[in-house]
Amino acid sequence: MTASSASADAVKSAAPPRTAVEVHDVTVAYHRRPVIWDVDLTLPAGRLIGIVGPNGAGKTTLLKAILGLVPLASGRIEIFGRSLDDARSMIGYVPQRETVDWDFPVSVLDVVLMGRYGRLGWIRRPGRADRAAAMECLRQVGMADYHGRQISQLSGGQQQRVFLARALAQDAVVYFMDEPLAGVDAATESAVIELLRTLRSAGKTVVAVHHDLQTVADTFDHVVLLNMRVVASGPIAEVFTRDNLQKTYGGRLTLLDEAAEAVRRAARG
Amino acid sequence: MNDDLIRLLTLRDENSRVVLMGAGLLGLASGVVGSMAVLRRRALLGDALAHAALPGLCVAYLLLGDKNASAFLLGALVFGTLGVLVISFLRHHTRIKEDAAIGLVLSTFFGLGIVLSRIIQNQPSGNRAGLDGFLYGKAAAMVRQDVLLIAAVAGTILLVVTALYKEFRLLCFDRDFAGTQGWPVKRLDIGLMGLLCVCTVIGLPAVGVVLMAALLIIPAAAARFWTDRLSIMLVIAGLFGMLSALFGTAASALVAKLPAGPAVVLIATGCFVVSLLLAPRRGLIADALRRLRLSRCVGRQNVLRAIFELTESDASAGAWQPFDRLLRVRTWSSSALDRELKRAMGAGLVREDGDRYSLTERGAAEAARVVRAHRLWEMYLIAHADIAPDHVDRDADQIEHVLPADLISRLEERLRAQGRLPGDLPSSPHAIEGTSP
Repeated sequence: MTASSASADAVKSAAPPRTAVEVHDVTVAYHRRPVIWDVDLTLPAGRLIGIVGPNGAGKTTLLKAILGLVPLASGRIEIFGRSLDDARSMIGYVPQRETVDWDFPVSVLDVVLMGRYGRLGWIRRPGRADRAAAMECLRQVGMADYHGRQISQLSGGQQQRVFLARALAQDAVVYFMDEPLAGVDAATESAVIELLRTLRSAGKTVVAVHHDLQTVADTFDHVVLLNMRVVASGPIAEVFTRDNLQKTYGGRLTLLDEAAEAVRRAARG
Repeated sequence: MNDDLIRLLTLRDENSRVVLMGAGLLGLASGVVGSMAVLRRRALLGDALAHAALPGLCVAYLLLGDKNASAFLLGALVFGTLGVLVISFLRHHTRIKEDAAIGLVLSTFFGLGIVLSRIIQNQPSGNRAGLDGFLYGKAAAMVRQDVLLIAAVAGTILLVVTALYKEFRLLCFDRDFAGTQGWPVKRLDIGLMGLLCVCTVIGLPAVGVVLMAALLIIPAAAARFWTDRLSIMLVIAGLFGMLSALFGTAASALVAKLPAGPAVVLIATGCFVVSLLLAPRRGLIADALRRLRLSRCVGRQNVLRAIFELTESDASAGAWQPFDRLLRVRTWSSSALDRELKRAMGAGLVREDGDRYSLTERGAAEAARVVRAHRLWEMYLIAHADIAPDHVDRDADQIEHVLPADLISRLEERLRAQGRLPGDLPSSPHAIEGTSP
């Protein structure tokens, strides 16, 4: 294994990579049409891991499957060797921005406090310590001045930072992020990448769906190339190759396309 | 009539006390649980539920006659829940979308209810009075027992919403995120729907199946205009619901043959219209005023900039700018320019001499500030567009709030190098006034 960047080397030499997430033979289907198919993955701990693939490749679905948000047609998930339900407190989540109503009557601080709800349990309300922790998370993403704002008054990049702060407030071991860099301004982009590196230095694992091939190699240590099934998964230097990208994005027939083509031919003949 | 009104308002007789108390509690609970339903985007489900309850009322009547009030409510609850379950089934197990499923269930169950109610009326012993009350509401028929039930249900709703405030808020805002934290989101959703169900069902006798949903939706929609805080929204929605139910019921008691449902809805709508117009930040009037202020501000800035920049570009010509020259600076009509000049003169920023205009001392200072901010933004967008915040409010007053101080001083440095930094220029505000011929 050769890691691409010096910082990744440092992480590797510090400790042999443990496994953060294991995905065994997972298939997810909507209305009987498989969206991801027989996905087998082992994701190392302490790395920044990008999930990359064309539109409709099932990137978000894979993330949601790992998090238990969509039912599995088959397979199982382990997070640090535990079942999902036993690993909840180790998980942080940054959904796609468009999935919530930004006109919802809550303030920025309220949203970040939601990251603390998991540890609070039923009925108990967030207290002073939670508020202080949430403010610290807002500070880390440069949004402390905005804590009293209603969330509709934020720009797209600011919304993304608030979601990141909420995930930080979860104080997780492994973070799952759905397109954290989609549609944000350049200032937010560099702030987010900076934050990802800080998380890595703190020994956290980040698994992020990513759309921009240009920035994959600079942002992540490890990449999963996905197109319904896993085309390749591993350190950037080994896996992020022209050949693998062509297999993922087409440009030549992928195995699945060949299979589909064969079925079509059989149906015709 | 007047006597009735006084009797009602002074709550002198037992009966109106009971009725108004029941209506008020019902409205309060509806406003609170309705707000949650609206935010969870389940408002129409309340409507479907209310309509779907009608056949339940009829079946209860057919089985037990009109004596048994709790049988009516049970029948309504069973059929209302059945309707919701059918919607949920259609949504999850077929490709029918939620709105179509709601429309389908609502009209089918309601149609069934109407057919059953006509069958009941055609029976020899048929008594239509009780059932017609369920269509449009007959709050005046409430008795002490009904009010006790409403009080119990309303109390439960307020208690549960208060206790699970944090959980419901998370569920309504971001269900997936709640799921990853391990909250039982399905059960929470069912719990919220359960509250909506019982609130709807106890409201049916008073408000009627046709319009009950309005008491859930309208107070919530009206309350949203007044606040950005969920807790305050719940309180306001509860108050609006209570007011609507109280006054609607009172109106229905005072006006012969006016059913309670429509009266309640119209008063709730009154609350909504007042909120829509008058709410301080989100209301239409506040919005229009904001827009007017903005366009005034832009207009004034344009006129100040025009005079300032003409003077700056040709200092030898003096500070007095003829109307025709100003007219050519921008694409504004002569009447628009005239209006802006008059406003600026009214504000003491511009002086007039025949058809020539110049900045007063105050106007020159203001103009220098505006021009500086404008040029800083221009410079910034040219030099640093790649790191531009994506939602810049380019009001000239705002630049210090948006950009960091060191960036502003760097931008100023560049303007100064080009000799374009107002205040640094040889044609300083005082010099401009001094050059008047």
